[in-house]
Amino acid sequence: MTQMSVPWRPRGKAKFDGPAGMVAGGAKTVFAIFAPFVRAFPGAIMLSAVFGTIVAVWAHYLLFEVVDIALIGSTFNIPANTGLLGGPLTVEEARSALTQIGAPAAGFLCYLLYPVQYGLVRDLVAAGGILGFISVIPLYTIWWERKVAGRIQSRTGPMRVGGWHGWSQSMADGIKLICKEDLCPAGADKPLFKLAPYLAFVPAILAFFALPFGTYWVFRQLDVALVFILAMLGIEVLGVIIAGWASNNKWSVYGAMREACQMVSYEIPMGMALLIPIMCVGTLSLTTIGDTQSGGWTSWIVFRSPFTFAAALVYYIASLASCKRAPFDLPESESELVAGFHTEYSGFRWSLFFFAEYAAMFVVSGLLVILFFGAWYSPLPLLWADGLGESLPARAVKGVLFAGPIWFIAKCVFLLYVQIWLRWTLPRIRIDQVLYACIQVLLPLMMLILLGHTFYELLVPVGGVVWTLFNLILSTIGAVLMIGMLFVATYGCWNRVRLVGNLGRELLPGS
Amino acid sequence: MHHPRQRPGKTVLLTFALAALTCVTMTSAQEPDFGDVGFEFPPEPPPQAADTPTEFDGVPLSIPGGATEALLFYLFGGTLLVSALGVCISRSVVRMATWLFFTLGAASVLYFLLGAAFLGAIQLIVYAGGTLILLVFGVMLTSKSPWVRYDCPRTEMAAAAGVAIVLFAGLLTLLTRTVWPGTAPMARGGTVAEFGKELLTTYLVPFEVASVLLLVVMIAAAYLARQDR
Repeated sequence: MTQMSVPWRPRGKAKFDGPAGMVAGGAKTVFAIFAPFVRAFPGAIMLSAVFGTIVAVWAHYLLFEVVDIALIGSTFNIPANTGLLGGPLTVEEARSALTQIGAPAAGFLCYLLYPVQYGLVRDLVAAGGILGFISVIPLYTIWWERKVAGRIQSRTGPMRVGGWHGWSQSMADGIKLICKEDLCPAGADKPLFKLAPYLAFVPAILAFFALPFGTYWVFRQLDVALVFILAMLGIEVLGVIIAGWASNNKWSVYGAMREACQMVSYEIPMGMALLIPIMCVGTLSLTTIGDTQSGGWTSWIVFRSPFTFAAALVYYIASLASCKRAPFDLPESESELVAGFHTEYSGFRWSLFFFAEYAAMFVVSGLLVILFFGAWYSPLPLLWADGLGESLPARAVKGVLFAGPIWFIAKCVFLLYVQIWLRWTLPRIRIDQVLYACIQVLLPLMMLILLGHTFYELLVPVGGVVWTLFNLILSTIGAVLMIGMLFVATYGCWNRVRLVGNLGRELLPGS
Repeated sequence: MHHPRQRPGKTVLLTFALAALTCVTMTSAQEPDFGDVGFEFPPEPPPQAADTPTEFDGVPLSIPGGATEALLFYLFGGTLLVSALGVCISRSVVRMATWLFFTLGAASVLYFLLGAAFLGAIQLIVYAGGTLILLVFGVMLTSKSPWVRYDCPRTEMAAAAGVAIVLFAGLLTLLTRTVWPGTAPMARGGTVAEFGKELLTTYLVPFEVASVLLLVVMIAAAYLARQDR
């Protein structure tokens, strides 16, 4: 691309100072190194990045597991107070444990294995992983949202930054936001104004600490994981409300009030919908609830009874309202409130609200997946994988085909896509309509569902004729919906030139 | 500038009387016997078995009695005290609510440290996530000026100080006269399922009474909020 001539005086080299400048400079350097490669081989790099991430994460997991086996197998007593230094395993024991398992390069791996025996090290590794995940999810969901919005409106969305379909648009936005001036209005309540973004963002991180990605892939296996995550989603709202209030701006306060009344009302049908899987399984632990759905497509709780099917729908609608996604995005409706609660925010504090929003979108989708849609299990029953054994390749096959965090993330990403799709399809509704929909429609409906499900669990024997019949009918409906959706998507892709015109011929991938 | 006059005279008196009563009860017990108040400290937990493999699967939040727990306790206890003081000192109602949020959060962390995860989570969801939001919401809906300030007259301040001094004296007396067990009792064996079962069998009547009370409150609120015809 040739240098365009601009009417204004060209600026010299950008100079940043302070930590923001360091971050921005580092990001620019990294970008300058990677962008040409990504421009040249976008598909290959994307695939290998995804594959590499999966392998790296899996390697960590295996390392933890080996340490567990070695620790349990060691003849040493494990003292309750293991300090930071001098743990139960020595390097020599780690090496012998590795050789016993038959791992290659035991002499090298034992040094990696040694620090992992401490809970603190593991926690740091896992917390780092969660933070990384939370940073990547909003980055790419925002880019994706802009692309999807573009397609739905017959535009292309971001196309420039990074070269290949604007793949690094969000990163560039991030650098811009870090370098922006951190404004605080003169009339604002300063401490609260500065605190509010953190009150919104920190609970979103904390929710991930209790959200299992697989049977053993969870930071803290809480007995009360469900209640904990709900509490965190509730606290996030407090950040939004305080942001609106502290801005000392009419529009912000309107946004905050809408958020408060929307959240407080939709929490009720949401909580009641979540009671239904709890009644089916009898625990609040998300890991246990997820593990009961290992029997393939028909064992997913959503297909268990007509009531669970309806409850999943109600939960999804309520969860849209709770993370203020369209059609419930009244707290930030730009056509009436400028930008609602974040009107006065700029720079990094503003971006924290978006990190919180997209992280919360993932968390509510994750809850829906764990509670209703088979958690980390694929539609194939896990029983079929029994003959595979425990060798490393067999476990990889099992992880890809039957059960694993990949399935959990894939399902969550699909639900994220549905949220984006709905946002760019449905019009925003009025606040009185929002409250009407909750209190006069969803709430009575949910009460009926709760009552009906109670009687269903009580009167219809599990595995009986009626139960099986309903289960099969609902599973079929689900399968038909899924296949229908795939069919429509394929049809749209096939006929994209006819549907969107030249845009589809020249710019969209695969054309 | 018109500030709605608070009328806490009766409330202050009632609190004062309650505090005095508590104080008298506390000080009159020469040798505190926990059997009297229907609470027994569970026997000291047996020393941790040396070779429990679950220690590494479950990874408890902290090792009971260890340095980590002490550190966390002092950290969050300190947070609790400071933020509770903040609730009392700050004049802006929304700031009070924010301080209160930290108070409630720190208290729930202390519950988590004691092993009472359910109580901690419920504390977060009911108080921090529910009541507090309603509180802030109420302030926003009812305030006429942008910054709602709570200014109380001297007399009320004096009454409040009296109540505080009496309560402090009572608590101090309790603190010095009690023979505390060596270690804090952990909430043991309390899975959520057992907790729920107890709630719906042994403690069914109080549980139901509380629900009926909430129902009455709900009906009353709906009656008050109803449009006048």
